[in-house]
Amino acid sequence: MFEEIGTTEDGYMVINIGPQHPATHGVLHLVMTLNGETIVKTEPHLGYIHRSIEKMSESLTYRQFIYATSRMDYLSSHINNHGCSLCVEKGLQIEVPERAQIIRVIMDELTRIASHELWWGAMAMDLGAFTPFFHAFRERETITEIMEETCGARLTMNYICPGGVMADLHPDFQKKVKSFITLYKSKINEYNELVTGNIIFQNRMKGVGYLSKEDAISFGCTGPVGRASGVSCDIRKLYPYEVYGKLQFDEILETAGDSFARYMVRIHEMNQSIRIIEQLIDNIPDGEFLAKTKAVLKLPKGEFYQRVETARGEFGVYIVSEGGTTPYRIKYRSPGFSNLSALPTMVKGSKIGDLIAAMGTLDLVIPDLDR
Amino acid sequence: MFITNYIKEIFNGVKSLLTGMRITGYYFVHPKEIITEQYPDNRATLKMANRFRGEVVMIHNENNEHACTGCSACELACPNGTIKIINKFDINAEGKKKKAIDTFVYHLELCTMCNLCVIACPTDTIKMDQTFEHSVFDRSQLTKVLNRPGSKIKAGVE
Repeated sequence: MFEEIGTTEDGYMVINIGPQHPATHGVLHLVMTLNGETIVKTEPHLGYIHRSIEKMSESLTYRQFIYATSRMDYLSSHINNHGCSLCVEKGLQIEVPERAQIIRVIMDELTRIASHELWWGAMAMDLGAFTPFFHAFRERETITEIMEETCGARLTMNYICPGGVMADLHPDFQKKVKSFITLYKSKINEYNELVTGNIIFQNRMKGVGYLSKEDAISFGCTGPVGRASGVSCDIRKLYPYEVYGKLQFDEILETAGDSFARYMVRIHEMNQSIRIIEQLIDNIPDGEFLAKTKAVLKLPKGEFYQRVETARGEFGVYIVSEGGTTPYRIKYRSPGFSNLSALPTMVKGSKIGDLIAAMGTLDLVIPDLDR
Repeated sequence: MFITNYIKEIFNGVKSLLTGMRITGYYFVHPKEIITEQYPDNRATLKMANRFRGEVVMIHNENNEHACTGCSACELACPNGTIKIINKFDINAEGKKKKAIDTFVYHLELCTMCNLCVIACPTDTIKMDQTFEHSVFDRSQLTKVLNRPGSKIKAGVE
């Protein structure tokens, strides 16, 4: 299979990065074959945090299985819950009230900004800059406080349920989101000044971890990783769900395909998320926040698939129903897994320091890969 | 040519470093803009949001009465088997048997604070409390009985 540690027959050194290593995000295990400092081969090994969420969901009802998806990609847990709810609603053919739809979309975009901000801080820390981490967490804290007030939790929200959302918005919600938008607009320039414009940072990112458009498509890269290589893959644009079809926002596309392009896609995406929130925050209609549903949900016999755009890319939920109260089979398509599979191609032939820059811009969340 | 570029690069690098350092310096001389909270020291003033999900508690009024009918809706709604309700039969004034809860067992160690039980409850007798300091030295202390000793069901709740 693979050499644990030592030397290959060709005389290359084999070392393990991870599963507990400051350069890896979480418990990712990379078996690296190195020629001096040049990477010959990279093998990601998964399974350290496998919790069999898919199998577990088969014994849970359609209301219950949604909470587990918060534990997959915990940085965009709200969007995962959204995808699952949409899939169940598709099967039941429930019409979600417009107020609930707009609440969901605003929360989605706030989650996306929070996720990208954490990525920005963590990636800069990977590259050796320690201050950005605190700057990013300061603004992210504003979002988590908004989430805590309305959803009741900071990270694993479980706010969305089939038919709408669990509770109405907090009375202070609109005021706080508006003050966050003002805060964000003053701070994004600070981010750019601190990191983006830095020559040392740019030299470490430009031309590193190149992923061609063809490779991005064949590996199934979605989200900012795919879009940085010029693949148009924004689910919000291509297959609009909820109110995304009516909104004005741009799909950010870069063609360079290197780490800096991926970085810029995410920075611009945060601005687009702010643009979406600005359009919606004053236009939340009154009305119900939860549609009337039956006490016990039973999906009709058949197969249902729903995809949403998380902060990392396309998240798909595939439910096979036999007509009972529990799903027969659930499959999640997580964006991180496909994005990680492109890593060996991206870093082949580059130096080991570039691996960190390439992996940082993939924005991996390991529980999302392993489920 | 090479030397000029080399020197230029050094100056550009230093310049962009100083741009970044300007922000660091700004916060250095403006300590009031730092928002860090010193957690264990501010426990007296720390207030969680009203909806914050810390643990499940049962609402009792001043007469030590609750509204739990023992219908097990929360037990069925829970994805993790956190709640276990043991029922008994009370004999009321007219001599009829009536179902009532004996113990409402709540396993905090299994709870994921998903709020499904609170939503499922038809009489709104359980709610999420805002406490979050749950660490104990023994696992058995995390298994809690939510109905208080001697409590009984409120009159009029079916």
